Amino acid sequence: MTVPLLSLQGLTKAYPGVVANDTVSFDIGEGEVHALLGENGAGKSTLVKMIYGLVKPDSGQMLLRGQPFAPAEPRQARADGIAMVFQHFSLFDALNVAENIALGMENPPEMRDLAARIREVSETYGLPLDPFRTVGDLSAGERQRVEIIRCLLQDPKLLIMDEPTSVLTPQEVDILFETLQKLRSEGTSILYISHKLEEIRTLCDHATILRLGKNVGECTPSETSARDMAEMMVGSTLQTPQRASREFGDVAMDISGLSVPAPSAFGTALKNVHLTVRKGEILGIGGVAGNGQDELLGVLSGETLTEADAVKLHGQPIGKLGPTARRHLGVLAAPEERLGHAAAPDMSLTENAMLTGSVREGLEKNGFLDWGKTKEFAERIIKAFDVRTPGPGNAARSLSGGNLQKFVIGREVLQDPDVLVVNQPTWGVDAAAAASIRQSLLDLAAKGAAVICISQDLDELMEISDSFAALNEGRLSAPREAMGLTVDEIGLMMGGAHGMEVAHV
Amino acid sequence: MDLSAINPVLLIASLMVAATPLLLAAIGELVVEKSGVLNLGVEGMMITGAIAGFATAVESGSPLLGFIAAAFAGAALSILFAILTQFAQANQVASGLSLTLFGLGLSALMGQSYVGIKPPQMGDIHIPVLSDLPVVGPIIFGHDIILYFGIALTAAVWWVLKYSRIGLVLRAVGENHDAAHALGYKVIRIRIAAIMFGGACAGLGGAYISLIRVPQWTEGMTAGIGWIALALVVFASWKPWRALLGAYLFGGVTVVQLNLQAAGVAIPVEYLAMSPYLITIIVLVILSADKSSAPASLGRNFHASR
Repeated sequence: MTVPLLSLQGLTKAYPGVVANDTVSFDIGEGEVHALLGENGAGKSTLVKMIYGLVKPDSGQMLLRGQPFAPAEPRQARADGIAMVFQHFSLFDALNVAENIALGMENPPEMRDLAARIREVSETYGLPLDPFRTVGDLSAGERQRVEIIRCLLQDPKLLIMDEPTSVLTPQEVDILFETLQKLRSEGTSILYISHKLEEIRTLCDHATILRLGKNVGECTPSETSARDMAEMMVGSTLQTPQRASREFGDVAMDISGLSVPAPSAFGTALKNVHLTVRKGEILGIGGVAGNGQDELLGVLSGETLTEADAVKLHGQPIGKLGPTARRHLGVLAAPEERLGHAAAPDMSLTENAMLTGSVREGLEKNGFLDWGKTKEFAERIIKAFDVRTPGPGNAARSLSGGNLQKFVIGREVLQDPDVLVVNQPTWGVDAAAAASIRQSLLDLAAKGAAVICISQDLDELMEISDSFAALNEGRLSAPREAMGLTVDEIGLMMGGAHGMEVAHV
Repeated sequence: MDLSAINPVLLIASLMVAATPLLLAAIGELVVEKSGVLNLGVEGMMITGAIAGFATAVESGSPLLGFIAAAFAGAALSILFAILTQFAQANQVASGLSLTLFGLGLSALMGQSYVGIKPPQMGDIHIPVLSDLPVVGPIIFGHDIILYFGIALTAAVWWVLKYSRIGLVLRAVGENHDAAHALGYKVIRIRIAAIMFGGACAGLGGAYISLIRVPQWTEGMTAGIGWIALALVVFASWKPWRALLGAYLFGGVTVVQLNLQAAGVAIPVEYLAMSPYLITIIVLVILSADKSSAPASLGRNFHASR
C-alpha cells in the first residue's frame, strides 16, 4: 500500500473530567473521501481541531505523507495544505466576500486580483459568488460557498468538512457533492463529518466511527446499511420512532394572511403566511435557515405580537397575547437557540424549569416560588428524557448541546400542551437522542395535541410530519400531505437551488 | 450686543484648535472599538496625558517632548485596562469607568505643584507666502503641528482600516473574535495593541488641551471631552471622517457660543454652554440613521478555550 496522505497514530486529548479522544488511529489516503462518524460528544470536533492545529494532542502523533506533522497553529496547518470548512461558519458578517476570503489566506493578493480569482474559481466549481457582497446578506448556502472557496483558493491536499449539509436544500446538497466528487478526481482528500448517514453512503469511500472518544470501528459506507452504521455509533440497537395512525380533530391553531416586517437588518419579513394545524396533527415546516423560521416561531409563541385576528387558537384571536398568556391557553414553544433563547445558560436546570413551567405546572403561588415542586418537575424531565447530568442543580451551560436539547424539549412536552411549536428540535443531537425526541413529539400528537415542527432536517420532517410546508424568503408554501412527497418536490417547495449550478469542468 | 466683534476667519481658525483634542481622543477610541473593545476610560487617559504632557513640557522646556510624554502616559494607563480586561477577563464597562476615576485622581495628585504655571509655547508653523495669505493663511496654514497631525492621523486610520491587511484583521477581530481565532489570528495581542494606540491618542488629546488650547493646568480640565469622544465614535458610525466632522462641529459650536457670550447675546449662559453637546449629538444622531452597525464583538471578552 502506498503512504497515506495523513496518518493519525494513537492521538489522545483529555480535558478536565473527560477524555475527548482516546488513542485514536486511522489513515486518510490520497484522493479519498473519508467519513468521520459519531454521536455528539464522541470527540469528532476535537480530533479535527488537532489536525487543524487549534488543539494540541496530549500524546500520539500525526504523519503527513510519512513526515511527522504537528501544527502549532492553523496557519501552519494551512501552509501544509490542510483546509477546513467549519460547522458554525467562521465568517464575518459585516465584511464582504473578498475580505472574508482574504482573512483565511496567508498572502492574499491585491483585492482586485483576488476578486477576479474568486469569480474564476467559483464559476469553475459551479458555486457563483459576487466577491463584493456583504456576507451578512447572504443565505446559508451562499455563506458555505464562501467558506469552500476560501479553502479551494489554497489548493488544499486535505479538505475537512464539519457537517456541511445541515443548512442546504437538497438541490444545493447535490451540487455540493458534485463539487466534492470533482475535487476527489483531482486528487484532493476530504475528511467528511456528518450525522446524515445516507449522505455518507453516497459520498464517502471509507468511514471511521468514534464512540466516547475511541475508534470503535471502520466500514465501507457503500456496503453498510445506514442502520448498521447508526448502531455502531450508538453502540446499541436503535429505536425508530413509531407512528400510529391518528384521527385529526378540529382546527387547533390558525394563522391567516399574516405579514410581519423584519425585526432586524439581517432578519426576514414574513409575507402573507397562512397555516392551520389540527388536533393530533404534526405540521412540518421545512426550509433553509434564515428564511423566516425564527420570525415564525416568534409569532406563534407570542414573542412577536400581531393583529389579534391573525393568530387564532380554537377560533379565539390570540395575536395580541404575549408568551405567558399563551402558555395559560396551552400554546408552548421551544425555540432553536438553546443557550440564550430556550434556556438561560448560567441558571440551573431547576431554575430553567421554573422559567417556562411556572404557569402550567403551578410552580408559583401568590408571587412566591415553589422550589420543591420545581425541582421535582426538573427531575421528572431529566428522568423522562434521559438527560445526562449529575442533577437538576447544574447550570444549563454545563450540559452538552444534545442533552440540553432533550431537557428543553422535554420541559415543554411534559407540560401537556394543546399546541406545541418547536424549531430545530434535534439540531446537533445524536441519532439515539433524536429518535427519542421525535418519538415524544409523535406521542404528544397521538394524545391529541397539535404540533408545529420547524426544521431544516428533511429526513426528520418526513419521519414525523403529517403535512409539510416550506418557508422561502418569509413566504410559506401551501401545505401538502407529507406521505409520498419526493425529495425533488420538497426542494422545489423550498425554493430550488438558489442559483447554484453543476460544476462546469 | 455686538456681533460685529466676531471675526469669521479667527472663528474658523480657533474652531479647529477647539476640535483637535476631541478628534484625537475619538480617533483613538474608534480604533479600540473597531477591535471589539469598549474602553470607557478615555476621560481618565486624557487627563493623565494632560498633566503628564504639561509637567514634562514645563520641566524640559519642550512642548514636543511634552506631547510625546503624554502619549506614553495615556498608553501606560491603557495597559492597566488591557491587563484587566484581556488577561483577567474583567468586565470592560466597569474597568473603563474605574480607569476614568483613577485617571482623574492620579492627575490631580501629579498636578498639585503645577497649578498656575504657564507652559512653554508651541509655535505655530509659518510657511512664507502661504501663511500670509488673507483668510486662507490663518485658517489652513497657520496652526501648530499637532493639529495637522490629528488630521493626518484621521486620514491614516481611515486608509489603514479600509485598505490594509492590518486594518482588515483588526476589523475581523472586532467583528467575530471566535472566527478570527479559528483562522489563527492573535485576538488578545491585536486588541492590546489597539487599546494602547487608543491610550496614546487620548493622552495626546489631553496634552493638547493643557499645552495649546488653554494653556495651563487645572484639575479636571478635560471637562467631559473624553465622554464626548466616546459618544462621537458611536454616532459617527465608527467612520473616521465622520468623527472628524463631528469633532469640528463640536469645536465650532463651542467657539461660536463663547463668542456669543462675549458679545452679550440675550440667551442665558447655561443654554449657550450646553449647546455644543446638544447640537453635536443631534446632528450625529441624524447622520447615524443609516444604522451602520457596531463591531459585533464590541464589549465582549474573548477567551480562547471555547
